[in-house]
Amino acid sequence: MQPALEALNVRKVYGEHVALNDVSLAIPDRSIYGLLGPNGAGKTSLIRIITQITGADAGEIRIRGEKLAPKHIAEIGYLPEERGLYKKMKVGEQLLYLARLKGLSRTDATQRIKAWVQRFDLAPWVEKNVEDLSKGMQQKVQFIATVLHEPSIIILDEPFSGFDPINANLIKDEILALRDKGATIILATHRMESVEEMCDNIALINRSRKVLDGPVSAVKDTFRTQTYSVEGQGRLMVMHPDFEVLEHNERENGHFHDIIRLHAGTTPNDLLRYLIGNVEVHAFRELIPSINEIFIRRVRETMPETLLEEAPAA
Amino acid sequence: MPSNFWLIAQREYLTRVKKRSFLIMTLLVPLIVAAFGFFIVKIATSDNDTQDVVQVLDTSGQNLGARLVSTKQMQFKPVQGTLETVKKDYLKSEDDGLLYLPAGLSLEAPKGVQLYAKGNVSIRKQQAVETALDKLFSEDKMRASGLSQEKLDALKTNIDVASINLDETGKEKNSNALATSGIAYALALLIYLFIFMYGVQIMRGVGEEKSSRIMEVMLSSVKPFDLMMGKIVGIAAVGLTQFLLWGILSVGATSAVTAVFADKLAATASTETAANPGGAERAAKVMGGAEVAGTDNATTPDAAAAVSERFSVFKALRGLPLGMIAFGFVIYFLGGYLLYGALFGAIGAAVDDQTDTQQFMFPITMPLILSYIIGVSVILRNPDGPVAFWMSMIPFTSPIAMVIRLPFGVPVWQLALSIGLLIAGFVFTVWIAARIYRVGVLMYGKKVTYKELSKWLFYKG
Repeated sequence: MQPALEALNVRKVYGEHVALNDVSLAIPDRSIYGLLGPNGAGKTSLIRIITQITGADAGEIRIRGEKLAPKHIAEIGYLPEERGLYKKMKVGEQLLYLARLKGLSRTDATQRIKAWVQRFDLAPWVEKNVEDLSKGMQQKVQFIATVLHEPSIIILDEPFSGFDPINANLIKDEILALRDKGATIILATHRMESVEEMCDNIALINRSRKVLDGPVSAVKDTFRTQTYSVEGQGRLMVMHPDFEVLEHNERENGHFHDIIRLHAGTTPNDLLRYLIGNVEVHAFRELIPSINEIFIRRVRETMPETLLEEAPAA
Repeated sequence: MPSNFWLIAQREYLTRVKKRSFLIMTLLVPLIVAAFGFFIVKIATSDNDTQDVVQVLDTSGQNLGARLVSTKQMQFKPVQGTLETVKKDYLKSEDDGLLYLPAGLSLEAPKGVQLYAKGNVSIRKQQAVETALDKLFSEDKMRASGLSQEKLDALKTNIDVASINLDETGKEKNSNALATSGIAYALALLIYLFIFMYGVQIMRGVGEEKSSRIMEVMLSSVKPFDLMMGKIVGIAAVGLTQFLLWGILSVGATSAVTAVFADKLAATASTETAANPGGAERAAKVMGGAEVAGTDNATTPDAAAAVSERFSVFKALRGLPLGMIAFGFVIYFLGGYLLYGALFGAIGAAVDDQTDTQQFMFPITMPLILSYIIGVSVILRNPDGPVAFWMSMIPFTSPIAMVIRLPFGVPVWQLALSIGLLIAGFVFTVWIAARIYRVGVLMYGKKVTYKELSKWLFYKG
């Protein structure tokens, strides 16, 4: 299937500073795509090129195979990291204005606004000025403004910052619902763990370069370490030709919690078989690295010099 | 997308016009103008147009008192009796003064004349009495020296200086220097105020958008150029609306105020006319100021004279190149606003903090302030001099300098060149502003310097 959005060898330079260096991505249609990386990696630069706020110095962006053009503005919805609305404008008027700038007719926009404000419990606030709303409510208004024109590509920069846990969940559900309705969603964040479970595909960006990309499951497969967490009761042999105990924690009554890495050629079932024969197993779980850990490992492998100066935020 | 440009301009316009402060300003300024007008009319009527009544007690035996000529400002009313009783009666009366001409007053030694008043005697009142007496005495002296009444009348002259303006072709034009300067001054002030008031609004508006962080949302929908120009045009429409309402309301309010006064004056004038023909003239003049035609009252020769005086002002106005003034004013009004408005917008985009605007405001407001100050002094005095010429060519000063020159007449080639330069000027400032704007609106937390700004000009889209 044709990707909803492609970046081909995109390069962007601000003065002396290279913000994007030969970045290529393919974002599959109707999926959630995580654009991950620490602050200053180039995520926002890439987004600003996609949203046509700035242009690329080299390379190009394609939307469903077509070169990015002004007509695509209406197809994209963008929630910037720096949230902002006209403070002295009424909520309803503001939504109408932003929707009409995206090419929606007055009647269409009015209808959709009505539906959305009801869904987000904002109906009593429609006639209020934005500055009279709480931060959380302002964020909801901004989210509505982002999706009101039913864009096929929705870009959310740090989508959950500024939301309390309840509203963050509400937004999460909306994002999933939008994906199920056919939208392609790009989540850009430096808090990788916050979007890990939602993403179908990810790209990791560091220091203006793409470090890694692909489906989340495939990425995780590649970075599997054959490491398992085992809890049980009994005596575990510390030396074995098929595996290695990395960590051994003993508790009272012969309870233990060990971290075990399999040697090449050994399967988890081999280990289980051995364990069942020797100890009483209480828990057995593969230790899959988090995206954050994968990021750090990958960066350590490919550009070790950058890690010293800039550790990715947890 | 041109439709977005109009949406933006529309929003800028409506949010401002719907503000309470707009309504307050719109009502307040005409009220101030009306109050000012009221004040002026009040002074005019109380000072120049009220007639002081001075009682005259003539004991000189030379029939001087009866021959004192009443004027617009002063009416002489002969009284009889002794000084003591007259003084007492005077204090009880509402009259403004008591003139005492003592016995033995002679032409050779005019001494002992006294003017009594309640409270202090104003210089004006004293002078009026002195002038009246002077006139009487000098006539008597001239008559005593052997001049006949006919000769005396023939000696009286009434001089009215009419100024004639010779234009380049040598044709005579009836000019009224005061009207010309007045128009030049008013046009310059209008442009100056407009650029300043609404230019600063553009700057503030951009600053607000920047500090509310809505720029990124906006720019993902519209081009920065549309956003900037939409704001400039929208605010211009606000300004035009405000000026138009001010004009209409001010004329309405002042004519309401003066109409009340004119009614009062017309009433007093009709009763006074018989005794004193000056009254009707006063009424007609005041009503003329309020655009209430005074022709109905032109029953007396004085009133007719007043109307013809007004007519001559109109004639002077008609002698001005009105078409050129109107055309030039619109061009310089809009051109000047665009030129400066774009720069104000660029400042708003470049700085984070409203307090940082000062350092960039200065070089932009400087030519504006200078052209106004030099304009109403040097150029108004010498509208064809080299200062006037050069300032009306430079796009930064021409909007004010040229409208000052326009009522005095400007050669067509100069006007054409100046307008050409102005258009080039605002295309240039809009271009610069758009480049600064584009980069500046998304730039936060950076201390902006001129060097930094000049770099932004060459960033690629």
